[in-house]
Amino acid sequence: MGMTLTEKILAEHAGRDFVEPGELVTVKVDLAIANDITAPLAIKQLEKYGIDKVHDPEKIALVMDHFFPPKDILSAQQIKISRDFAKKMGIKNYFEGQDSGVMHTILPEKGFIAPGDLIMGADSHTCTYGALGAFSTGVGSTDIAYIFATGETWLKVPETMKFTFYGKRQKWVGGKDFVLTVIGEIGVDGALYRAMEYHGEAIKDLPVEERLTITNMAIEAGGKNAIMEADEKVLEWLKDKTNKPLRMIKADKDAKYCCEYEFDASKIEPVVAAPNLPSNVKPVSEVAGRPINQVFIGSCTNGRITDLRIAAQILKGRKVHPDVRCIVIPASDRTYKQAMHEGILEILADAGCLISTSTCGPCLGGHMGILAEGEVCVSTSNRNFTGRMGHPNSEVYLAGPAVAAASAVLGRIAHPEEVVGTKEEVSV
Amino acid sequence: MKIEGKVWKFGDDINTDEIIPARYLVTTDPEELAKHVMEDADPEFPTKVQPGDIIVAGKNFGCGSSREHAPLALKGAKVGAIIAESFARIFYRNAINLGLPIIESPEAAKDAEEGDIIEIDMEAGKIINKTKGKEYRFKPLPESLKKVFEAGGLMEYAKDKLAGK
Repeated sequence: MGMTLTEKILAEHAGRDFVEPGELVTVKVDLAIANDITAPLAIKQLEKYGIDKVHDPEKIALVMDHFFPPKDILSAQQIKISRDFAKKMGIKNYFEGQDSGVMHTILPEKGFIAPGDLIMGADSHTCTYGALGAFSTGVGSTDIAYIFATGETWLKVPETMKFTFYGKRQKWVGGKDFVLTVIGEIGVDGALYRAMEYHGEAIKDLPVEERLTITNMAIEAGGKNAIMEADEKVLEWLKDKTNKPLRMIKADKDAKYCCEYEFDASKIEPVVAAPNLPSNVKPVSEVAGRPINQVFIGSCTNGRITDLRIAAQILKGRKVHPDVRCIVIPASDRTYKQAMHEGILEILADAGCLISTSTCGPCLGGHMGILAEGEVCVSTSNRNFTGRMGHPNSEVYLAGPAVAAASAVLGRIAHPEEVVGTKEEVSV
Repeated sequence: MKIEGKVWKFGDDINTDEIIPARYLVTTDPEELAKHVMEDADPEFPTKVQPGDIIVAGKNFGCGSSREHAPLALKGAKVGAIIAESFARIFYRNAINLGLPIIESPEAAKDAEEGDIIEIDMEAGKIINKTKGKEYRFKPLPESLKKVFEAGGLMEYAKDKLAGK
């Protein structure tokens, strides 16, 4: 019997020829990662048990991104704990402040991820790397402490769900609309304990950055991981970024899937996830008109250069509505510089956007754009749970960059065509 | 191990933002975190909850972020156990790794009401709702996870291996 992509990578890292769903396997971990919130708790565990060295410092990366730059004394302390630990353990892959940014954006940019890798992260959006053909999943701090110390962990081989997108997508529809459509269909626990494997011509048509948006949100469907076959586009994208060997891993033709879903990309409209669940998905047209107070364009979900280009297409020569604060946060320092070279930052600044240094910041209600009671935000991030971005009685609508930018201009939830018309093709 | 306590009832998809909002993630101290546990789901919970109380919830408890501060805050508040219709994956791992008793039992979770007194027998795989006079069976943990849980968590379980013994 054949294996799915996830099963193949798990088998390889367990030193086995074959694995099947339900088995518990011990796997070697290629990269273990943590951030400024989760690393200190892992470090505390290691210290409590007197562990004074890590298994392999080369296979660990620590990225300070959640409360970075530190928002107060306590968060500065957490970052200091992480920095001191990295120094003590000889962890060179410690990122803070220079050529850094949001973990899930910088690690692929810096070449830490290659197809076939197995990555474990003390951050739920570690599942992002699946778009590059890697197995990656989130765990907590104790699990990551154990991996830091031993280089391995246990995993239950998940069943795999297959999602196929065919047809040609409409203008202004992107990876975010695809993944929100999936979550709307299967629910926030629709992929619980399972792998989500994506296929189809409409996936292949997406730029790598937008594929990363899709795999990033596996956790919002409860999924263990999401994964795609690394195709020519992925290898081309990785070629200048990594020294790791690049290979194409494909699912076997006779791989077994627990269920299969098909989507016609041409029928997918720009969508939003209304409060308070990522599965509360509606076409933009259904909620257009809802007045808003804030727009956030950024995060590990949609803070890449392609997202900023889309936002700039819509905001070029226009103004952010006076009732709205539009916060744009490139998700890495490289993205920031690229956007500067391309003139995107100037377009956004002229439109009245507030552009910040890279951070997770407002996505988790950390800092840099917190919502007051009753305020409404359109956000390109990943979660709209109660109180996620501020007051428990604030509202978050999740959307892609096109809807977010259009909403910023009109001061209410809006379809991009309401701003640019149906014919206009702007390029930057 | 037997646990007995009073039920606090919650709905589906209780996420880690509700269990411990991100604004409090600037510390790793369980007691400090406990001051805000479940605050965004029920603002009065941190003052109402008593040691040994049992949280009963619907589907997908603990969904959202990987923050281990969520089970740690519940431990800090001395919550005796959590019974839910189902648990999100990372929360489930984190709870076992910290030795926090969690039980998946859709029937017991659906039947229980706030204020019920529940007894849980972890070894026997049995839940007794004393208020309702009903008994439920649950599947014990797989052997490998059971060892981790019984040791009081992953680090305690693996301490000899971690110390290189």
